[in-house]
Amino acid sequence: MQLPIYLDYASTTPADPRVVKKMKECLSLDGNFGNPASRSHAFGWKAEEATEEARQHVADLVNCDPREIVWTSGATESDNLAIKGAARFYKNKGNHIITSKIEHKAVLDSCRQLEREGFDVTYLDPDSNGIISPDLVKESITDKTILVSLMHINNEIGVVNDIKAIGEITREAGIIFHVDAAQSTGKLPIDLSELQVDLMSFSAHKTYGPKGIGAMYASRKPRVRLEAQIHGGGHERGMRSGTLATHQIVGMGEAFRIAKIDMDEDNERIENLRNKFWDAIKDMEEVYLNGDEISRAPGFLNVSFNYVEGESLIMALKDIAVSSGSACTSASLEPSYVLRALGLKDELAHSSIRFAIGRFTTEEEVEYTIDLVRDSVEKLRTLSPLWDMYKDGVDLDTIEWAEG
Amino acid sequence: MAYSKKVVEKFENTLNEPEKNSVGRWDPSDLDIGTGMVGAPACGDVMRLQIKCKPEKNSHVISDVKFKTYGCGSAIASSSELVDMLIGKTLEEAREIKNKDIANALDLPPIKIHCSVLAEDSIHKAIEDYESKL
Repeated sequence: MQLPIYLDYASTTPADPRVVKKMKECLSLDGNFGNPASRSHAFGWKAEEATEEARQHVADLVNCDPREIVWTSGATESDNLAIKGAARFYKNKGNHIITSKIEHKAVLDSCRQLEREGFDVTYLDPDSNGIISPDLVKESITDKTILVSLMHINNEIGVVNDIKAIGEITREAGIIFHVDAAQSTGKLPIDLSELQVDLMSFSAHKTYGPKGIGAMYASRKPRVRLEAQIHGGGHERGMRSGTLATHQIVGMGEAFRIAKIDMDEDNERIENLRNKFWDAIKDMEEVYLNGDEISRAPGFLNVSFNYVEGESLIMALKDIAVSSGSACTSASLEPSYVLRALGLKDELAHSSIRFAIGRFTTEEEVEYTIDLVRDSVEKLRTLSPLWDMYKDGVDLDTIEWAEG
Repeated sequence: MAYSKKVVEKFENTLNEPEKNSVGRWDPSDLDIGTGMVGAPACGDVMRLQIKCKPEKNSHVISDVKFKTYGCGSAIASSSELVDMLIGKTLEEAREIKNKDIANALDLPPIKIHCSVLAEDSIHKAIEDYESKL
């Protein structure tokens, strides 16, 4: 077993060796380096062939027409294009947008920008398990609503929204439905021929592809229209200009082709490891699982270890790469907005760790991590005045804290 | 963010050998003990510093220190660093310790300065508590 151990697959994944091999073939003079937009020679035709084959692979994984796939630089750009592009195109129909408090910043910040432009945005609260209720979406729709944007799988807690049910509501109301599916590909099956979704964002690097490339699904039937956000040569049917990055696109295509084939087997293994992990720590005192236990994507384990601060736990878990909902890991001093929206007390949010298991995680790595987690939490509680107080039966909520 | 080598060392020593590094607690009602607790769980850090003092010459000298800290690695390292600075000092000398001294000793980055501020606050609270019992 090699150290450090990578357990942060929800943040990014290593590219699969098969993906790297394909990408390498599209860079140098002896490879497929041409500009896919070059119509006048074989270099361009060959490059176009490669990008279109990749487009087909992406479409196959989510069961849509390849003409419904637009290449972008990643899920952040896809979210920006979908949300700002749709809102600005349909602004004469209405100015109300519905999203949730636990979306990715790419969605939240796009909505904030639209607010500055005069749109009204409703930020829905999830339930305490992190799920956005379809009924709540329905109740929030007004005659001004033009767009609903909700994520499929939450990136911090792995909870899954019922996008099928929400799609039925939005389609009936004639409202555009955008789904951020950056975490979904390869984790859950997506069938866009059945889902009533108009726009969907994808990322390559969360699914063993390269960083810097993503895609957006834009439905043809019914046809969704967008205002382009990047102008240039009119690539991607005018929706996203810029020379196609052949090697990146081929990498994403290969990653998604592999995901379709390996998904079931990968997920069964990942889910077993995740359950083994949780079963081995859930008996510890004052340990809480964050997010719904059932409606959840494979691989996610977000846990709060009460009375232990998350960043110190990360430091104690030397040689394990994980992330925390603690404020201290980010530039702001606020703990995770996602966990807070679930109603977690600040101290539990500060005490959270996200373990994300992936394709290359081994049983040995999980066992090593379990032992280290149990040992480190115990050691840090020895250091924690809050743990003393808890053990003494002091209710922390009754104390007047002298804020530092 | 990468931590300074000093923070990592201090943190790991404290974690692995808590008793040797003054982790612990005394009965706060003892007359020779001064206790200072600062921070809040909601903010992600709480420090409890205890000083054991004895009268000496015309002042009071800190003969021993114990602490417990809930917080990030820098907060724990800051408390531990503070302990090293306090033992053997008179209360007057202890009052002179500034957060900058701790931050410099640990190479704390700007975003972690509040950890050293908290440590400085805990000394003042502990001394205040001790003196209130005299």
